Amino acid sequence: MQILNLLLYLILFPLIAALFLLVERRDSGRTLIVQLSAIAIGIVSLVLLVLGFNRDTLLYAVGSEPVSQVMFIIEMVLAVFILYLGIRYRKSLTVVLILLQAGLLVWFETSLAGHLHIENNLFVDQFSIIMALIIGIIGTLICVYAVGYMETYHNRHKEIRDRRGIFFGILFIFLAAMFGLVFSNNLLWVFFFWEITTICSFLLIGYSETEEATNNSFLALSMNLLGGVAFMASIIYLAIADPSGNLLDLNYLLTTGKAIALVPAVLICFAGITKAALMPFSSWLVGAMVAPTPVSALLHSSTMVKAGVYIIVRFAPVLSGTTEGLMIALVGGLTFALASFIAISQNNAKKVLAYSTIANLGLIVACAGVGTYNLMWVAILLIIFHAIAKSLLFLCVGTVENRIGSRNIEDMGGLIVRMPKIAIMMFIGMAGMFLAPFGMVISKWAAIEAFITAPFGLIFIAILAFGGSATVFFWSKWMGKIISVMRDQTVIEDTVKKEKWAVLYILTGLVVVICLIFPLISSILIEPFVLHIYGQTAGLSQANLTIMLMMLCLLMIMPFSMLFYGKGAKPPALPYMGGRPMNDSMHFAGSIGISREVVLSNYYLEKMFGEERLFMTGASLCWALLLIAGILLLGVIL
Amino acid sequence: MIPEPFAPVFYALVYILVAPIFGGLIAGIDRKVTARMQGRVGPPILQPFYDVGKLFEKENPVVTVTQNFYVLSYVVFMVVAGALFFSGGDMLLVIFAFTLSHIFIVLGAYASYSPYSHVGAERELLQIIAYEPMIILTAVGMYMVTKSFFVSTIVASQVPIILYLPGVFVGYLIVLTIKLRKSPFDLSTSHHAHQEIVKGVTTDFAGPNLGKIEIAHWYEYVFLLGVIWLFFAWNPLIAVVAILVAYFLEILIDNTMARVKWQLMLRSAWIIAGTLGLVNLGVLYYLGMVVVP
Repeated sequence: MQILNLLLYLILFPLIAALFLLVERRDSGRTLIVQLSAIAIGIVSLVLLVLGFNRDTLLYAVGSEPVSQVMFIIEMVLAVFILYLGIRYRKSLTVVLILLQAGLLVWFETSLAGHLHIENNLFVDQFSIIMALIIGIIGTLICVYAVGYMETYHNRHKEIRDRRGIFFGILFIFLAAMFGLVFSNNLLWVFFFWEITTICSFLLIGYSETEEATNNSFLALSMNLLGGVAFMASIIYLAIADPSGNLLDLNYLLTTGKAIALVPAVLICFAGITKAALMPFSSWLVGAMVAPTPVSALLHSSTMVKAGVYIIVRFAPVLSGTTEGLMIALVGGLTFALASFIAISQNNAKKVLAYSTIANLGLIVACAGVGTYNLMWVAILLIIFHAIAKSLLFLCVGTVENRIGSRNIEDMGGLIVRMPKIAIMMFIGMAGMFLAPFGMVISKWAAIEAFITAPFGLIFIAILAFGGSATVFFWSKWMGKIISVMRDQTVIEDTVKKEKWAVLYILTGLVVVICLIFPLISSILIEPFVLHIYGQTAGLSQANLTIMLMMLCLLMIMPFSMLFYGKGAKPPALPYMGGRPMNDSMHFAGSIGISREVVLSNYYLEKMFGEERLFMTGASLCWALLLIAGILLLGVIL
Repeated sequence: MIPEPFAPVFYALVYILVAPIFGGLIAGIDRKVTARMQGRVGPPILQPFYDVGKLFEKENPVVTVTQNFYVLSYVVFMVVAGALFFSGGDMLLVIFAFTLSHIFIVLGAYASYSPYSHVGAERELLQIIAYEPMIILTAVGMYMVTKSFFVSTIVASQVPIILYLPGVFVGYLIVLTIKLRKSPFDLSTSHHAHQEIVKGVTTDFAGPNLGKIEIAHWYEYVFLLGVIWLFFAWNPLIAVVAILVAYFLEILIDNTMARVKWQLMLRSAWIIAGTLGLVNLGVLYYLGMVVVP
């Protein structure tokens, strides 16, 4: 009972906070509410970890009838709201999709829902706890950061209507919906929270009310509604298959109902693919970068896309060994490789981050689609590592953007001099994304070892080998940009607010600490979960873990070597400029007596890794794969 | 012999102490053979040691103090990668440490903000992404034959790995050209005195820092040639011959080919990894080779 209260608290408390935030007009009040709620939510998710990590799956009966009624009403109200907006902005696709979805829902409620009775509506297991920690710690940290960010944002952008009350309200509703999603055992409830996250992200992406923002928010909405329709279809399929509603019990469906679960699993995975922004739906996440940066951070790290991969990983045991699962895995694999390639050609920092997110989500789905026990282990590990490093990177980029007024990587030259602390944190975040012995490389490594024994694993190893090397390229050249030392620069990071620093420090600390303690997380959370499902579990060998730890320590000691070099050193020399006379401010004597400044730009290899061409390739291939999966599915149904 | 638990540490120590000597000799012989191919007498075999010794006597001018850190990290992680390899560690971990070490030299070049080192750094990155897939596929190939990523198991295997992985071996030799900075793939920095970007990544390193980079190269040579050994590990004699032949071939290619553009390098390296490497592995995979060592 105690744990049930925690679950209810985590779902409902952010809602209450949201209500207060919606009405609070003063900055100071808002700051206080956000900080206190963040602490409250963070602590409770930790308590959940302490109380729940060593239990089996716990199921909880919650009065389903009244709650389901309320959910239905809310969904209808939201449908009308979307319909209104769709008509107002003349978005015919959105209108069609919302009508379709609402129609399905109404038909379901009137003709099927009557007989359904689902006893256990909430549940919690180790995977839910992991997700809850990500949402409860990283999600709320981003909210705390957002308070300071939005103040600067509105100071810089006077033309944008200040609707911060609504903004923060939606952020917390978003968190509540995410908690609901990972704790719901009733698929109808999952669907309800699923739709709430869709609508929250729609509202947040369109926050600035510019034309671009509005268009991109509708793009995100349409794609996610399409996924919602597929989700609804799978619920209807299950309700028809068993009118008593037993199959809508997620835990029951995954443990005893595997035979019938394939069709709904693929439909829900389709929904997951739209939400996780894999190709061909990646454009909505790329477009979502018009939103204020904390929103991007939230969408990319702890909410929204993580909901997509969460549900796919849940269904991984069903997909394991099926052709449909292989198709979904291939969609993920292709997305990983192509999104990594595209990231090479981008100079917009947020776009690079977006493509990197898409790539990593692709990798998670590839693991889940193949769905063997060790790949499930890798997928969950990836979710954790990615959430931390990516949120840090987004918040750093947001801070930089607020200072230098640009999100172009080319403008970040010499950041190590201008904003040393931010630059070092970005550096650590990026290292977390692609360098040994940090998180993502650990996962990549484990993925190679896991794919090698999986069916058709060689395809995925090839994808990892090529796509992985592309990630090395785009991260390193960005790193190189921020650490290149330009002279005569002034420090401009003094004005960054205290609470922003606090959030950034905590996240940076997490990136490093998580590498030290991931064996612990693996053994108390991931391994029991995987063991429970598959009867066997994976992990890295002890010898390798020791070596990784030694490497990490070495990496942390290395910077201290600078202390020795600092003493008695001669003043730095000027960089080699082919013998031309030059001065400290990087101006050199050009021809006919003109003084020119040195300007260096990174390689973007547009011709080889151009976005348009690669996206078209990826989208068409992934559509083809999804089509094959669809045809196979039809075969199963008929 | 050495007691079991200490063997890895022992081999790692041997590598750390002996590899630079071997590496330096290889570099010296390389220069001698190259000179003979070009009709010159060439420097003494020990010339690389004299050079590095002299570098360490010079002062250490830097554009920014951080360069020292990057170079030191480059050397340290190169040694770590090699030591892991020779102590029988996990191939994938070795590869990741190897990449990490190269990222440091790239960052060192970026840090200086000279156009020459900048272009060198970009090219070095292109080289890394060109060879990395093939190296990973090499490790995967070894796994498919011996069922282990651990060098200790691979090297103890009595299976003639080369017979199962001929395509992978040729692919490895070709990316080895990139790694050894040999023409036609010596884009980021060259041992020859005819580079259009001065000295590429190493342009802004001088004195002891440059000396450290040289020493790291020596460690690197020994590690890279060690990988060739694995293909022939069942028969040490053949392995030594194979290494000698392979290295001679590299020198020959170096002296007969003109430097190519990065596009061609990247494409050819990836196409080779995608054809020779993947087809070889695909066949193995398809046949479901279960070779118990």
